[in-house]
Amino acid sequence: MTDLLQSPGLTADDLLQAPPGRHPLRRIVRRRPSAAFGALLLLLFVMLAVLAPLITPHGVNHRVGGVYEAPSRRHWLGLDDAGIDVVSLLIEGSRISLLIGVAAMTVSMVVGGGVGLLAGYFGGAADAVLMRVTDYFLVVPALPLMIVIAAIWKPSTAHIVLVIGLLLWTWTARIIRAQVKSVRERVYVKRARAMGAGHGRIIFRHVLPQIAPLLSANVVLTVAYAIFYETALSFLGLGDPTSSSWGTMLRHAFERTAISSGAWWAVVPPGVCISLVVMGCYLVGQAIEDGLNPRLRISHLSPRSFRLKELPAERPGP
Amino acid sequence: MGRGSGDYIVKRVAFGLVTVFVAVTVNFVLFRALPGTAVSNLSQVPRASPELKAALEKEFGLDRPKWQQYGLYLDQLVHGNLGISYDNQRPVSENLTGAVRNTVPMAALGLVVAIALGILVGTLSAWRRGTRLEHLSSAITVTLFSVPAQWVGLILLIVFAGVLPSGGIRSPFLIGATSWGRLTDEFRHMVLPSLTLALTLYGGYALVVRSALLETLGEDYMLTARAKGLPPRTILRTHALRNAMLPTITMIALSAGRIVTGYILVETVFSWPGVGRAIYQAVLQRDYPMLQGAFLLLTVTVVLCNLAADVAYARLDPRVGG
Repeated sequence: MTDLLQSPGLTADDLLQAPPGRHPLRRIVRRRPSAAFGALLLLLFVMLAVLAPLITPHGVNHRVGGVYEAPSRRHWLGLDDAGIDVVSLLIEGSRISLLIGVAAMTVSMVVGGGVGLLAGYFGGAADAVLMRVTDYFLVVPALPLMIVIAAIWKPSTAHIVLVIGLLLWTWTARIIRAQVKSVRERVYVKRARAMGAGHGRIIFRHVLPQIAPLLSANVVLTVAYAIFYETALSFLGLGDPTSSSWGTMLRHAFERTAISSGAWWAVVPPGVCISLVVMGCYLVGQAIEDGLNPRLRISHLSPRSFRLKELPAERPGP
Repeated sequence: MGRGSGDYIVKRVAFGLVTVFVAVTVNFVLFRALPGTAVSNLSQVPRASPELKAALEKEFGLDRPKWQQYGLYLDQLVHGNLGISYDNQRPVSENLTGAVRNTVPMAALGLVVAIALGILVGTLSAWRRGTRLEHLSSAITVTLFSVPAQWVGLILLIVFAGVLPSGGIRSPFLIGATSWGRLTDEFRHMVLPSLTLALTLYGGYALVVRSALLETLGEDYMLTARAKGLPPRTILRTHALRNAMLPTITMIALSAGRIVTGYILVETVFSWPGVGRAIYQAVLQRDYPMLQGAFLLLTVTVVLCNLAADVAYARLDPRVGG
């Protein structure tokens, strides 16, 4: 674990496009092992979620043994409060948690991306109004608002996705607005406009590709937040009662005395899964963001040694 | 501090007040004005006497049109009347006052520990950049940043089972104890919830301190300080940390929302009778007046904290708004 978090002294190009003649994967792994670790984690869980119906060892809807039966060779992580195999629940939970995470992220990207694009591109009154709305959602605490809406609404997966997605978009909107504002003033965009390109063409051909790298970082981080909030809402009993996410597993373990029964196998695994997915998203997203922040690249001036550290051979200093 | 900064503060205060007003209105719309919500009737307190029902209906004008109800709602709000809890038939404001009194010491202890840990770990990992110590502390920080608060609480419950009390605010069997005994008992109950809160919050602070310090260390005046031959400790204390504290202080005030999220989950796990648990109980028992009151309280608190952060930042850094 000690080498996981390497210095962020590289650019987004390292992650997005490798120079010709080198194997891109090997290069990324060497330069930024933490990002590679994060990507590996995400890949693993996505595969688990996709293959869930095929690899679930036991059904998640019927009991296969006693309540809180300890781990055995047949049931690696024991059974839960209803005598259901924990490994099967984890695999099924990965499907539901990731699905909610990605769906809520999509909602938030559509809303946040739309608001950011409109505000940044058109400016003026649209910008002022949209940004005040964004400011409001930015300062209002998300979880209490989600709790209130989820409590009033009937509990279902679709509602949870909407509640989370519709409250997570502010960040995206602000980032995109700032980027769009700077991109639309660049010479080639002005030139395109002078040549008669329409708003749609300018946005999709010239503006969006420019902000894509930052957007990709935002996408992964938003998935992490969405999963975090889904877990919290499910834990508070506001999730869909008919499907079992990792958050629901934690809730059942908490509610149905897993702690006093000493059934650690009902508590530890779902939390580990949530943490690994969130960590994977965070590491990947952070790597992209760090790569895009030029100020962090100056940090090769190591304060401890008081000496200029050697720069990577292939990269001139900033 | 020039006139520009004063203008900035006035603008932020105005925005803060508008936000509070919008939050109050959203609260009304969510609970009372949305069609089809069974929650619109504040007077449906279970097991309530007809007199109480009649009084509530009159106070909130429940038989009048919505816009008149809104006016009455604002009027009652100004007078601290948030309705009657369905659960214990007592005024919501009274329940909330008790809950706040329980939340504040626990959350404050957790926050102080989190800030201390965050500054320590953040400084170490920026200053010892590239060393094994930094990698280790960053790995721990990112891990704790990723774990859900309620899970940390559950794990601590398993680890400290039998050593520390598992929930509640004081032992029910502590009769005739000295005031010292009662104090230590309450502290023992506070340890696990506060620790959980601190562990889930400090990661964010450490990351902010670290990146603020790293940005400061890249500034030209750091090079100057080094060129002057100042000892490393002096550079760190007087040049780097001082400047890095600015974004850190703001971030702490801005994290009010995260603190609220944290203690809702922590209080649920540890049955700590504060505002967070009040929300959880209100959701479980569909106690809408309580839910509404607690939500309003949390929202207004967080908005005011954000406002305080803005104002503090403008006062500390004359460049803002100048």
